[in-house]
Amino acid sequence: MKRKRWLIGAIVLAGIVALIILRPFPFLFYPDLPFIGFLGRALYIIILACCLCLYRICRGPTGADRIVAIDILGILIIGLCAILTISTNRSWYIDIGIAWALQSFISTLALSKYLEGKGFDD
Amino acid sequence: MIDIIGLIFITVGFAFDVFGSLGLVRLPDVYNRLQAATKCVTLGTCSILFGVFLIVGFSAAGIKALLCIVFLVLTSPVSAHAIARGAHRSGVKLWEGSVIDRYAEDKEGEA
Repeated sequence: MKRKRWLIGAIVLAGIVALIILRPFPFLFYPDLPFIGFLGRALYIIILACCLCLYRICRGPTGADRIVAIDILGILIIGLCAILTISTNRSWYIDIGIAWALQSFISTLALSKYLEGKGFDD
Repeated sequence: MIDIIGLIFITVGFAFDVFGSLGLVRLPDVYNRLQAATKCVTLGTCSILFGVFLIVGFSAAGIKALLCIVFLVLTSPVSAHAIARGAHRSGVKLWEGSVIDRYAEDKEGEA
């Protein structure tokens, strides 16, 4: 069982490394900007981190694990919006990042108060 | 030259993001996962935003990136502390290899 899990993890990691080496992220980009190959390949790394967070949201034993993973997923998506700002040269992606930070903070506070099991007003 | 420095910051941020998410998957406990993930991912995302500021410069997007750094640094420890307090009060057990639990001792002293 443990050997099978190691094998699945090794296959997934080898696939992602091959994808990063072979081709950049295939859409949404203007090809005449500088460093576009680096940024297009680097988006796969953020997507890998988001997939790890989604695994923890699915498999979390308690509710607190899922709340932690949702918080981390929000912070990762702010980084993704920042990368999209410089790779597509459109400045409103960073506005999405700021709004996502606000909403993520407030929703995390509300979920942790729910987890604590008391009212919202103390 | 300033673009190269910005790309170095962005690469360091990617490394911190991936290691924080790996700690979120691999560590055994809610508190350990919180410890690994919140600090690593906050530092990584702040590094990415600072690299974006160095590349874009003092334009609208750059100032918004600095504002986003300030907001993340202010709010991420608060939310992490709230999650840890809520998890401890809702009765999530510590990992069996944990050494000490000061918060439970404090609550016993209060009661």
